[in-house]
Amino acid sequence: MSELASESSAQSELASESSAQSELASESSAQSELANIRVKLPAHLRKLARVDGEVELDLEGPVTQRAVLDALEGRYPVLRGTIRDHGTHKRRAFVRFFACEQDLSHESPDAPLPEPVARGTEPFLVVGAMAGG
Amino acid sequence: MSGVRVLVGTRKGAFVLTADGKREDWEVSGPHFGGWEIYHVAGSPAEPDRLYASQTSGWFGQVVQRSDDGGKTWDTVGNEFAYDGVPGTHQWYDGTPHPWEFARVWHFEPSATDPDVVYAGVEDAALFRSVDGGQSWQELAGLRGHGSGPHWQPGAGGMCLHTIVLDPRDPGRMHVAISAAGVFRTDDAGKTWRPTNRGLKSEGIPEEEAEVGHCVHNLAMHPSRPDTLYMQKHWDVMRTDDAGESWYDIGGDLPTDFGFPISVHAHEPETVYVVPITSDYLHVPLDGKLRVYRSRTGGNEWEPLTKGLPQEHCYVNILRDAMAVDSLDECGVYFGTTGGQVYRSADAGNTWAPIVRDLPPVLSVEVQTLP
Repeated sequence: MSELASESSAQSELASESSAQSELASESSAQSELANIRVKLPAHLRKLARVDGEVELDLEGPVTQRAVLDALEGRYPVLRGTIRDHGTHKRRAFVRFFACEQDLSHESPDAPLPEPVARGTEPFLVVGAMAGG
Repeated sequence: MSGVRVLVGTRKGAFVLTADGKREDWEVSGPHFGGWEIYHVAGSPAEPDRLYASQTSGWFGQVVQRSDDGGKTWDTVGNEFAYDGVPGTHQWYDGTPHPWEFARVWHFEPSATDPDVVYAGVEDAALFRSVDGGQSWQELAGLRGHGSGPHWQPGAGGMCLHTIVLDPRDPGRMHVAISAAGVFRTDDAGKTWRPTNRGLKSEGIPEEEAEVGHCVHNLAMHPSRPDTLYMQKHWDVMRTDDAGESWYDIGGDLPTDFGFPISVHAHEPETVYVVPITSDYLHVPLDGKLRVYRSRTGGNEWEPLTKGLPQEHCYVNILRDAMAVDSLDECGVYFGTTGGQVYRSADAGNTWAPIVRDLPPVLSVEVQTLP
């Protein structure tokens, strides 16, 4: 199986964007507002979780990969172990995280997600990596 | 009227095939869990409507499904298979140490007496047990902790524990087989283990008669004779009559003794079935003829069973967990192929017919005999 291409210089720009977003995120948590996050799952996981369409999650505090996945697995325990490893919480090798047309798979799980995701205007995508031959 | 339920795991979902005792008209249900690899589906002998299915994916990992109504509806149960303590390393293909990593469940073996107790053989090779119907899993770590563990190496299909044989006479005794480490036995319900490979000879390893390192493909036991086990090895069909203390070759007049599955007739402990495959580099039937071989003498003398099976241009394989027998008065024999056919014989192998012809590649076949 081949993995999707990943790190690029574009991502270092993303990282600095992200730090700006972290200020935004902490501002919003200071106001203790709930962030309404949209998550789009691949078909296999939607079926496993018995959901149609996007999942909506209300998050308190900084909107990060870890926070989104914790909330997702909290609501749908069946997804534990399918996106990230049970024990280490490492992303499974052939799962990717996209948002705002960017690959966030290699970002720190504690980095703030792009602001449109935190605002709920863009979904956080969990994607089965393109693989095959 | 009694009937049978055939549980089929394939590369793209599970299928449940049911028929009455005549085994002529079949109802096909599935695919269940379409698109996922279903390595194995097994039913509880204690509660036949309790089924366990191993659902796996290279993308999304392991899911365990359980049914309590014979496969009509399913619910997920626990999928966390955490090795006990610090996992340590085994040998990688290139001989370097490689950390033990869970990949998937190859085989479920439900207890004969308690529907909530089930064993799971996994890759990388280890044995887990659940006592709560699959909700949680604990490793029987004494097996992997055997002193030889760091020297085990994967076979071509991965380093998997693929066969679990429970001794019906003694709840403390069980046998497991690992590719490519060999057979191990416990006499204390899984606390301690020892290799039971004496008599095996494998040309593919540096020391042909080593204590561990043999690529055992499958084991079979008749419940009335728990000290007799039959083995299909990478090459060689073998037998032990002393619970694995010593093995001897029963390949006899087979045209080739390479193959994957092995089964025993439900009522005749000396009647054994294998499907000879050309060789380790040609995983197809010899001469394009799909032939099951039966011995009625506990080995050595084998007869080809061909009626109803393709005798030309057949180049499918039959994987290790893809043959099973029912226990109706006239023993039924079943096997699935990598070409997606599931064949059945309702007369102990004399004649065969396909139940289905066009499933995805078949990984496993189990049969339940229903009252």
